[in-house]
Amino acid sequence: MSFTSTDDQRQLADSIARYLADKYGFEQRNRICAGEGGWSRAVWAEFAELGWLGFPVAEEHGGLGGSTVDLALMLEAFGKALVVEPFIATIVLGAETVARADPARAAEILPSVVEGRRLLALAHGEPTSRYDLARVSTMATENDEGWVLDGHKAVVLHGDCADTLIVSARTGGRDDDRNGVTLFLVPGDAAGLTKRAYPTIDGLRGADLELDGVQVGRDAALGPKGGAVAIVEAVIDRACVALSAEAVGAMAATVALTTEYLKTRTQFGKPLGSFQVLQHRAVEMLSETQFAHALCYRTASLMDTATGAERSRAASAVKAEIGRAGKIVGEEAIQLHGGMGMTDEMAVGHYFKRLRLIDVAFGNTGHHLKRFIDLG
Amino acid sequence: MDVVLSPEEEAFRQDVMAFLKEKLPADIAEKTGNGFRISKDDHVRWQKILHEKGWIAPNWPVEHGGTGWTPMQKHIFDEECALAGAPMVIPFGVTMVAPVIMKFGNQTQKDRFLPRIHSSEDWWCQGYSEPGSGSDLASLRTKAVLDGDHYVVSGQKTWTTLAQHADWMFTLVRTSDAGKPQEGITFLLIDMKSPGISVHPITTIDGSAEINSVFLEDVRVPVENRIGEEGKGWTYAKYLLGHERTSIAAVGRSKAQLRKLKGIARTELAGGKPIIEDPDYARRLAQIEIDLLSLESLVLRTLYAESEGRPVGAEPSFLKIKGTQIQQGLTDLLMEAIGPYAAPFQPEAFRDDGWNEEPVGPDYGPALAPLYFNWRKASIYGGSNEIQKNILAKMVLGL
Ligand SMILES: Cc1cc2nc3c(=O)[nH]c(=O)nc-3n(C[C@H](O)[C@H](O)[C@H](O)COP(=O)(O)OP(=O)(O)OC[C@H]3O[C@@H](n4cnc5c(N)ncnc54)[C@H](O)[C@@H]3O)c2cc1C
Repeated sequence: MSFTSTDDQRQLADSIARYLADKYGFEQRNRICAGEGGWSRAVWAEFAELGWLGFPVAEEHGGLGGSTVDLALMLEAFGKALVVEPFIATIVLGAETVARADPARAAEILPSVVEGRRLLALAHGEPTSRYDLARVSTMATENDEGWVLDGHKAVVLHGDCADTLIVSARTGGRDDDRNGVTLFLVPGDAAGLTKRAYPTIDGLRGADLELDGVQVGRDAALGPKGGAVAIVEAVIDRACVALSAEAVGAMAATVALTTEYLKTRTQFGKPLGSFQVLQHRAVEMLSETQFAHALCYRTASLMDTATGAERSRAASAVKAEIGRAGKIVGEEAIQLHGGMGMTDEMAVGHYFKRLRLIDVAFGNTGHHLKRFIDLG
Repeated sequence: MDVVLSPEEEAFRQDVMAFLKEKLPADIAEKTGNGFRISKDDHVRWQKILHEKGWIAPNWPVEHGGTGWTPMQKHIFDEECALAGAPMVIPFGVTMVAPVIMKFGNQTQKDRFLPRIHSSEDWWCQGYSEPGSGSDLASLRTKAVLDGDHYVVSGQKTWTTLAQHADWMFTLVRTSDAGKPQEGITFLLIDMKSPGISVHPITTIDGSAEINSVFLEDVRVPVENRIGEEGKGWTYAKYLLGHERTSIAAVGRSKAQLRKLKGIARTELAGGKPIIEDPDYARRLAQIEIDLLSLESLVLRTLYAESEGRPVGAEPSFLKIKGTQIQQGLTDLLMEAIGPYAAPFQPEAFRDDGWNEEPVGPDYGPALAPLYFNWRKASIYGGSNEIQKNILAKMVLGL
């Protein structure tokens, strides 16, 4: 495990930060959020051009083969700027799932993803599965032409705009059997697929998907038949680290905004920051952020080599910690801003919402604590 | 563990329950139960029902239309109303400005304003805070200059809850810069239809529009709308703050919320089992329930002291802090209860403006995350929890 970043990594982080400072200020970000689709095709094209979409993707799949630490650096910068582009959905979840499930198909599909021409989404969770990755009841039934999919996928991140959906469905087993779930590639405009699209509380986009007799070809099945759960688990473990890095970025930005506010806002004839009780609270926020940052990068650095329970337990540790720390930092930031913190106009509330929604995604603190215990 | 009520109190509780059963409009109770926004019309409709029954103003003296209830009866009433899903009575008129008018207003003011507050003909808002004056309210700068028999008022009020509906605003204004800041403050009642007033909504982080900025530009306010003496506004405002002792704890509302939470926690599944059976979740739920019990215990003790005529000290500050922590804790567990379905933002589903599609996720889902975010306000307003602790440190500990 190495705590120093390489020159390349520093350069990557710097160039992303510069780009975002220039093109993705809070107001620009809000305009993007409010616009058609809730993200920007122009920005996405630039991400592709700058090589960022391919950065964490393997070289043999058209990417640059970056490590999980590289990915974390990117996400940390995204977190600071509250990026709402479909990066998690397409790259962290989508591309990674395809790559892990079926390297041959990945070589065929991912180049278009890396070039920004194809968006992906992972449609795995269901209305009653909550955070239980093995609980899948969407059914895949074999027929002459291939497979027919029926079921309901819940809160699919950027499921509204994906060109290709990766849908998990049962080809065997039942309820929460780990075996018997298979992945399928489904075109975003497939007949029998109904999308209920919505913005999410934190300004991203999502959709619930109803699959009602969706016919896909035999070649739509992706990866080992019945073996999807282990793949999705590995993908989500890494996504937990990516999201944690995003949270670390959001926390750092939140601490900076709050500190600035304490310095400038005066009450009782002095800056709020002169009240010792508020100083201590700001220091708590900073401290949470520091520890979260350290744990996040430590975990990122072992993600590419660790496997099985070791990997999962590490992912759960960081996700639980980020959920807990992000909640403290976010809630305190609002409190220390007083009424201003409650307004939609201030960036701090948007960081707070993102931090809380990161906890809600892929298993909250309670879930990951339990998983950490179970895997111990 | 229920509070032991005397036979009279129990009979009273039955009366209240029967009244609520008969008179609380089902559509309103349903909205409250689902966490939907309650419209102005709904509030007024319910408040008028209470007015007709004579139960709108339990905190008023009987001669003005109060109920003559004991503190315990008031508590029972609040609790039953909350549990039945009655919307809370908007406090600005009945609870806040009316006691000040009664205590410090002249007869003309009492005759003019109190009946219309009692009958909910007038909607009031509270114009205290300003952009530069929140916790340090006494630094307020909205200026009122005497010009013949009018004050000319200019400045900006902010965070003004539900000012968009208001007919009247009670406000603190600066009439003098001499002496201590508190001494130059005057209490004015301002007609919201006066020329020079503009109300601008402030959107909060949950996407709702319940607070406003109120701009005042050379607004002419008749001197007859001043309460008491010029320069004594601070004293009157402090009287108001001390007046409401226990309702700030919102025990009834939190009990209703806890009941709702348990219902949801029995329905929502994790690993195929209701989350109420998850040891970690159950433990946190139990902790809040216990907190609520201790909150109620201090409320009851305070009510008892009040009914014995003993002075109430620092309890309101303790109750405000604990009460809001519990409220926030409940909204946190509610949001957590629906797992990933906390994410979709579907304000149409709880704003009640004619949307009749099914929401994604459970019916009770869309309101919960916004409720959590909205409720962060509770530790900020009404004297922030930090300010309450400052008060306690000084008043109780003598630090
Ligand atoms: C949703 C909402 C509704 C409201 N409705 C109304 C209304 O209807 N009418 C009205 O007049 N006002 C209303 N308010 C305003 C409310 O009373 C103020 O927000 C509150 O007094 C805090 O002031 P502030 O927002 O300026 O925060 P500030 O006073 O700037 O405080 C910021 C932070 O610093 C802390 N702080 C300040 N001073 C100290 C100190 N000396 N020691 C330690 N900590 C300190 C505060 O606790 C807070 O955490 C509302 C506020 C909200 C959020």
